[in-house]
Parts: sequence; C-alpha cells; structure tokens
Amino acid sequence: MFTYSFLQHYWWFIISLLGGILAFLLFVQGGQSMIFSLSKTEDERRLLVNVLGRKWEFTFTTLVTFGGAFFASFPLFYSTSFGGAYWVWMAILFCFVIQAVSYEFQSKPGNLLGKNTYRSFLFINGLLGTILIGAAIATFFTGSDFSVNKANIASEIGSPVISQWGNEWHGLEALLNLRNWFLGLAVFFLSRTLASLFFINRLNNENLEKSSRKALIINAIPFVVFFLAFVIWTLLAKGFAVDPATGEVSLVQYKYFFNLIELPVVLVLFLLGVVAVLGGIIWTILKPEFKKGIWLAGPGTIITVCSLLLIAGYNNTAYYPSATDLQSSLTIFNSSSSEFTLKAMTIVSILIPFVLAYIFYGWRSMEKKRTDIADINSDDHAY
Amino acid sequence: MELLDVSLVNWSRAQFTLTAMYHWIFVPLTLGLGIIQAIMETIYYRTGDEKWKKATKFWMTLFGVNFAIGVATGIILEFEFGTNWSNYSWFVGDIFGAPLAIEGILAFFLEATFISIMFFGWNKVGKGFHLTSTWLTIFGATLSAFWILVANAWMQHPVGMEFNPDTVRNEMVDFWAILSPFALNKFFHSVVSSWIVGSLFVLGVSAWFLIKKRETDFAKKSIKVAATFGLVASILTAVSGDGSAYNVAQEQPMKLAAMEGLYNGQKGAGLVAVGILNPDKKAYNDSVDPYLMNITIPKALSFLGYRDFNAFVPGINDILQGGYQTKDGVALSFAERNEKGKIAKKALADYKKAKADKDTVAAAQHKATLKENFDHFGYAYLDSPEQAIPNVPITFYSFHIMVTLGMYFIVLFALFTLLSYVKKYDVGKYKWLLWVALLSIPLGYVASQLGWLVAEVGRQPWAIQDLLPVNVSVSAIAAQSVKITSFLFLALFTTLLIAEIRIMLKQIKKGPHHE
Ligand code: HDD
Ligand code: HEM
Ligand code: HEM
Repeated sequence: MFTYSFLQHYWWFIISLLGGILAFLLFVQGGQSMIFSLSKTEDERRLLVNVLGRKWEFTFTTLVTFGGAFFASFPLFYSTSFGGAYWVWMAILFCFVIQAVSYEFQSKPGNLLGKNTYRSFLFINGLLGTILIGAAIATFFTGSDFSVNKANIASEIGSPVISQWGNEWHGLEALLNLRNWFLGLAVFFLSRTLASLFFINRLNNENLEKSSRKALIINAIPFVVFFLAFVIWTLLAKGFAVDPATGEVSLVQYKYFFNLIELPVVLVLFLLGVVAVLGGIIWTILKPEFKKGIWLAGPGTIITVCSLLLIAGYNNTAYYPSATDLQSSLTIFNSSSSEFTLKAMTIVSILIPFVLAYIFYGWRSMEKKRTDIADINSDDHAY
Repeated sequence: MELLDVSLVNWSRAQFTLTAMYHWIFVPLTLGLGIIQAIMETIYYRTGDEKWKKATKFWMTLFGVNFAIGVATGIILEFEFGTNWSNYSWFVGDIFGAPLAIEGILAFFLEATFISIMFFGWNKVGKGFHLTSTWLTIFGATLSAFWILVANAWMQHPVGMEFNPDTVRNEMVDFWAILSPFALNKFFHSVVSSWIVGSLFVLGVSAWFLIKKRETDFAKKSIKVAATFGLVASILTAVSGDGSAYNVAQEQPMKLAAMEGLYNGQKGAGLVAVGILNPDKKAYNDSVDPYLMNITIPKALSFLGYRDFNAFVPGINDILQGGYQTKDGVALSFAERNEKGKIAKKALADYKKAKADKDTVAAAQHKATLKENFDHFGYAYLDSPEQAIPNVPITFYSFHIMVTLGMYFIVLFALFTLLSYVKKYDVGKYKWLLWVALLSIPLGYVASQLGWLVAEVGRQPWAIQDLLPVNVSVSAIAAQSVKITSFLFLALFTTLLIAEIRIMLKQIKKGPHHE
C-alpha cells in the first residue's frame, strides 16, 4: 500500500496543499499593501494593522513550514533552487525579515526608525513578497536554467557541487519571462482581493468596510485578468513530460492541459476552486450585506493553487524543470527523500489535522465578534 | 585537486556565523523568560493576587519584543541551508530535513497560535485557558529548540543513516537513532543554560528597580522567582555541561583536544582550570609549549571525558598520528584516514562509471569498497593534517570562559536565593550586590554565545563530522554575492538589534505599573 511511488505522490500533495494554504494566508501581505490606501485616519490605520497583526504569524509560519517540508521530502529541490535562484529567494527572505519585527515594534517608544518606516516595511513585504513568490512558483511551469550531476561530488576535477545554476543572474532572470510576471501579479492582486474580503468580514467599521468593498472590485479585475492569462498560456504551452519507463524528460505541447484532463479529480477540484473564488468575490460585490466572502474565496484559493501545483508534479511531469538542460529537471521521483524518510514523515503528517484543529479552536475563542477601534484602544498589547 | 573558491567558503561561513549568532542573542531569552513569566502567571492563577498579574504582563511585554526579532533572524537560518549550503542539503537532506520539517509542523504552529492568545486573550478567554496558552507558548518554543538541536547534534555525531551511492547521499535508516543521547544532552544543556540567561535578565532588571528605589515590591517578587529558578538552572547547566564534555570526548576527540589545548595526550590528564595559550605556537608539530601558564586540576580531564581518572586522553598530535587504543580499536592516523577517504571517493566515481557502463560485477565490487571505507569519506577532501585541526585559541578560551561563568552563576543565584528566602535579610539593602546582578546580565549572553563557539568552531573543518567538510558543502555562487548579502544582514540585524534594545530600555523605565 505505502509504495515508494505512493509516498512521493503523497508528499507532493502535502507540498501542494501547503502552497495553497500559503497562497490563501498571503491575504495578510495583501492587507499590508493597502494600509495606507484604505484608511483616512490614524485610528483606521491602527485598526487595520492590528487585525492583520493577529494573523501574520500564521502566514510566516506556513512559509517556514513549506520550506521545511520541501527540504524533508524533496531535498534536491531545496539545494537546487535555493542555492541556484539565490537572489530571488534572498529577496523574498529580506521581505519577510523586515515584516517580522514591524508589527511588534511600530508603536513602541524608542523604536529607532519610527512608525512609518515599519509600516513601509509592511508595505514592501506586501508588494514584493507576493510578486516574487508568485514568480518563483511560476518557474515550476516555465523552467529555469540549471544542471544537476550527482557524480560531481566524487569528481577529481572541477568543483564538487551537485547542482549548478547556468547563469550569473541566479534567479533574477526569471523576471525576464512575461509568464512569470503574470503569476506574480495574479498572486499580488489575489492577496489584495482576499484582504478586502477579510476586512469586510472582520471589521466593525463603516468607512473601512466601504473602502474595502471598493478595493475589492479594483483588485479583483486585474487578478482575474492576470490569473486567466497565466492559466490559459500554461495550458496551451509546452510542458515538461517525463517518460515513466526511462525517466527521460521531453517537451510536450499542451502537457498541463492533458494533465487536467487525465486527472479528473484534480480538474474537478480546480474548477470548484475557481468557482468558489469567483463566487466569493461576486457575491460580496452584489450583496452589500454579505460579509462571508472570505469563507468562499479563501478555501477556493487553497484548492485552486493546490490543484495547479498538483498538475505540475503529477502524471509524469517534471515539477522543477530545467529549460536549458532538460534531463536535469527535477521530478517527484528523482528529487525525493528515501522511502524510509518519507514514511517517517508521513507518520508525523498524521498530526497535521490536529494542528489545524487547535489553530481553528484558538481563532474561534479569540474572535467572537467583529473588531472595532474601541477594542484596539482597550487592549494593552495592541500595536 | 581544485576545490571551490576559498573566499566563497569563508564568506559562507562568516554569513552563517553572523546570522546564527544574531539569532542566538534572542533565542535564550525567549526560552528563559518564557518559563519565568509562565511561573509568575501560575502564581497569579493560584493566588488571584493582581500584583502577580502585573508582574507577568510586564515581563511578557519584554518577551514579545525579543520574540519578534528572534523570529526575524530565524527564518534566514532555515533557508541558508539551501541558499548557502546546497551541496550539504543534498548530501544529508534525507536526514537533516526531517527535524526541520517536524519543527515547523509541531512546534512553530503551537507557538504561533498560543502566543496570540497569550498576548491578546487576557480579556477574551478564561483564566485557566490563558494560563494554558502561556505554558503552551513556551512549550512550543522549547519543542522547536528540541528539533533544531537534534538536527545540529546529528551533524556533530552522524548516526542512523547509510550512504546510498546511487543517489549520492546519506539516507535515514533509523529514526530513533537520530534522537541519540548526544542529541538529548545537547538539547538539555542548551535549554537549561538559556534559563540562566532569562533568570539573569529578570534578576538584573529587578535589581535596577531596587537600586532606583522603584517598584520594590514587584522587584523583590521577581527576584525571588528568578533567583530560585536561576539556581536550579545553573546547577542543571553544570551537570549537563559535564555530559556534553563526556559526549565530545567519546565522539569528537579532536574537539576535546582543542577545548583543552592538549597537543600531547596522556593518561590521567588534568583539566586546565586557568590557562593562557602561547601565541608563539604556530604548528601542531613544533616543539613550542602550548601554554604560557596554566593551572590544572589533576586527572580531572580523564574523568570528565572517560569517567576514569586514569584514562588516556589523546591530544591533537595523537589524533593525527593514530596508534593509541580507543573503545573501537586502535586509532587510525590522519594519513591512513586520508588514504581510506580517497579510496572511498574513487570507489564512488568508479561505481558511477560501472553503473553507466552497465557492468554490474564491477559496480558491486566498487560498492563494497566504498562501504568499507565510507567512515573516512570526508578525509578525501583534506590535503594536509593541519586542515583537520579546529581553531585552538577560540575553542580553548570559549570553553574556559563559559565554564568559569557557569561556576560564577551558581554562586550568584545561590546568594540571591538566600537573601530572598531568609526573612531577616532585605535584598534591597545590598547595593553593591544589586549592581553585580545588573552588570551580570551581559555575562549570560556571553557564556551562551561562547558555548556555541565551542560546539561549532570545535567541529571544524567538518560540516558533518568525518563525512563532509565545510568546503564541499557550499553552493556554487559567487563569493561576491555572499559577501553582499552578509553585509546586508549585518546592517539590517544591527539596526533591528539597536531598535530592540532601545524599546526594551524604554519599557523597563516605564515599569510594570504604566502599561
Ligand atoms: C542545525 C544545524 C545548526 C545549528 C542548530 C547551529 N549551527 Fe552553527 N553551523 C552549522 C549548523 C548549525 C553549519 C551549517 O554546519 C555551519 C555553517 C558552516 C559550518 O562550518 O557549519 C555552522 C557554523 C557555525 C559557526 C562557524 C564556525 C566556523 O566557521 O568556524 C558558528 C560560530 C556557529 N555555527 C554558531 C552557531 C550558533 C551560535 C548557533 C545557535 C543558534 C548554531 N551555530 C546553531
Ligand atoms: C541553525 C539552525 C536554526 C534554524 C534553521 C532556526 C530557524 C528558526 C526559524 C525559521 C524561526 C522563526 C520561526 C517562526 O516563528 O516562524 C526560529 C525561531 C526560534 N528558534 Fe531557531 N533556528 C536555528 C537555531 C536555533 C537553536 C539552536 C535554537 C534553540 C536551542 C532555536 C530556538 C528557536 C526559538 C525558541 C525560536 C522562537 C522565536 C525566538 O527566537 O524568540 N533556534 N528559528
Ligand atoms: C558549568 C559548566 C559548563 C560546562 C562544563 C559546559 C560544557 C559545555 C560543553 C562541553 C559544550 C560543547 C558541547 C558540544 O560541542 O557538543 C557546551 C556547549 C554549550 N554551552 Fe556549556 N558548559 C557549562 C556552562 C554553560 C553556561 C553557563 C552556559 C550559558 C549560560 C552554557 C551554554 C552553552 C551553549 C549554548 C552551548 C552550545 C550548545 C551545545 O553544544 O550544547 N554552558 N558546554
């Protein structure tokens, strides 16, 4: 039952799921990019900062766990991509380092840089963090420039490095590809769309609700445009197919489209996800008293992104392709941990539902009613 | 053999050292203060005394400021294994990745969930639930320390794996072996020593209030908790530190020799209590006396390392020359290990070639040769015996200062415990002692940082003991790139550290009654 191949598929699913959850939780970043534009008064800004400040740790932790789980299950990806696309990942990390202190420090006396600097850190994190993560994930479909040779470590000549990046830009070259930008911008506008829905749901404040509803429309339109552009292009483009018998990688037209057709469960999930996201948005726009849009669009985002990542790795596809050296492309088979490790990790993963349960319970116990300015002003730990 | 650019390796090491040591400024306070505030809240829960609630909240504010910057510096470390040590990440990712992933799934989420209830839940959840959240927050932090230290201990003492020549990496074969006594001891020592840092912090800040004659009731309450807890922690630290030294002696004899500046081994070796190294000692095999002066405790090193007053402790020269008896037989010399390492490395290359040529017979032969010699694999990448010796002065002084401070902390906490429990004394009257407590805050940090220097510098040149030296662990990037990011981290972290310290000072000046 737990064959090696099953475990590899299972872990690719977990990675995809974590990716989906991360995409949803990026609403915190989206919200950070709107602190200034949504609010008119300092009180309103403070309210926005504080409702986001109750959630940012989860996004952050999900990112860290996404990294850790990727390391444990597909270590060759970890070493190839992080060590290769160095500058992209470093830029992403910087965006998150400056976020981590900004909530706690911004309204404390003596904070050296002043409130607005910390808030602009949050803005930078919201803007660059989302676009760069989106662009980095897009390379799962568009390919990168690297080669892998495991025998290098025993070679007598040259450096003993297993993965080599093919150019001096170390990842920044991904920004020359329009399709990567499409996904980057889609993620950016999605995060702002979700943030608008989150504010509508969480806040008890008329002005902010009004401006959030406006922001919802303004951001949902470019989101849909960029998202469709990326998805349609990808479904029509060549994909990186693996021959299951020989492990040979080749370019196949419409590969991702075929993956959707050949994996009907994923297709259904993908469509359900898209419908939920759009439904959550449209319903909220049409019905002024409807505030639960985030509960549709959020889970919709999770399953849409999850199914997109699934078609990148399932059905004999190379999930981290090398466009310049096809045979170096990473698949869930050639880059995974050993069967033993995957099995051990699978046992650990049984605890995930338990983790989700206490997170949910914790949130519920804290959020019995919508938050308003008075709540923040009466909380002595507020930011 | 042309290995990687030396400056790349050095910059990568510098960057890791910088970020790890920055991270470790904040981690010990989190681990120590976290417990102290939980103890205080427990007292509040039991007695219902609002003063304890105020005290808890005061320390919690400081905890929050420190925690945030701990998180900021931590994320870099996790990803640096990929960005800067990518070869390493493949070679041992099969084992090393697992604790990191488990840390995220089990520990970080626990922390993240309950810390927000701890901070924002005072008026939203019941008293019991709040107290539970406070304890779960620190439990999560400690659990995260557990997994990351398991990972670190494994690098010092790799167990539970087997090398697979097809994938060219070490693969896990026994999960429980990874939770070795080595790992458990490392966890214990790191955590209880962090409790010292937290206790010194609370003690010192409270002493400041007493010096200023402010908040005396609050300060005395805090001192009582911190001194008692600190005393327990410092005794446990000494006990587990002894355990660490024993483990090092068993598994990393070269590190032990460096810690003691021991060049020529002996039976019934003494432990250096105080010593000054001779800066003229330039090579391991010159005849210069390694010490300018030293006072040793007779036979103590033999006992510390082998639980036997007369045991033989090998020095640096012995380890390089081999030939002495160990628990696994006669020790090999550097030259022999180097030879075997080269055989292993060549066997790996030959195996790969035979595999490609579909020559199964030859492949099987090479595989057997590889397996036989794999314990010495990493030595193939070293060219001379000097490379196998860690930096002796750093390791030596770090170790001795840490231990001296450890003894001092026991005395300090014992004094304050005495003063705060015996009715006829009044801590507030001993001004000089209060000053001593205040000035001791940085010493806790010093000891803690030095501990890591011992552990990590003493491990050099290995990233994985005996299997992979640091120069074969790095990513193929330009040294210039690593240099740039190092300076960016330095600038960013230093700015944030200054901000953090200033915020802390302001919050402390405000005191517990002006939230
Ligand atoms: C999980 C693994 C791990 C953990 C928990 C730590 N380290 Fe480490 N350390 C490494 C893994 C590592 C490493 C990746 O293996 C490095 C990088 C280069 C090297 O020599 O080893 C290293 C190097 C390294 C060096 C440089 C030694 C030298 O180059 O001479 C120092 C000073 C530290 N570390 C200090 C620390 C501190 C203060 C830590 C506490 C947070 C710490 N390490 C935790
Ligand atoms: C080099 C190895 C290390 C890595 C990769 C690492 C990684 C991280 C990361 C990513 C975070 C932020 C987590 C979050 O809240 O999202 C963190 C925080 C933390 N780490 Fe580390 N860490 C390392 C070393 C250590 C060690 C050795 C310890 C303890 C013994 C430790 C204890 C902690 C604690 C207690 C926190 C909570 C926040 C705080 O620092 O105050 N870490 N670490
Ligand atoms: C009292 C006597 C002490 C002894 C005998 C002792 C011994 C040791 C030894 C042998 C190591 C190296 C372990 C290794 O390389 O695996 C070590 C590491 C360390 N020590 Fe100590 N130590 C003492 C006190 C302290 C104190 C007071 C602190 C801090 C407040 C401290 C903090 C550390 C830390 C953070 C490490 C690195 C983590 C580890 O390797 O466990 N130690 N100690």
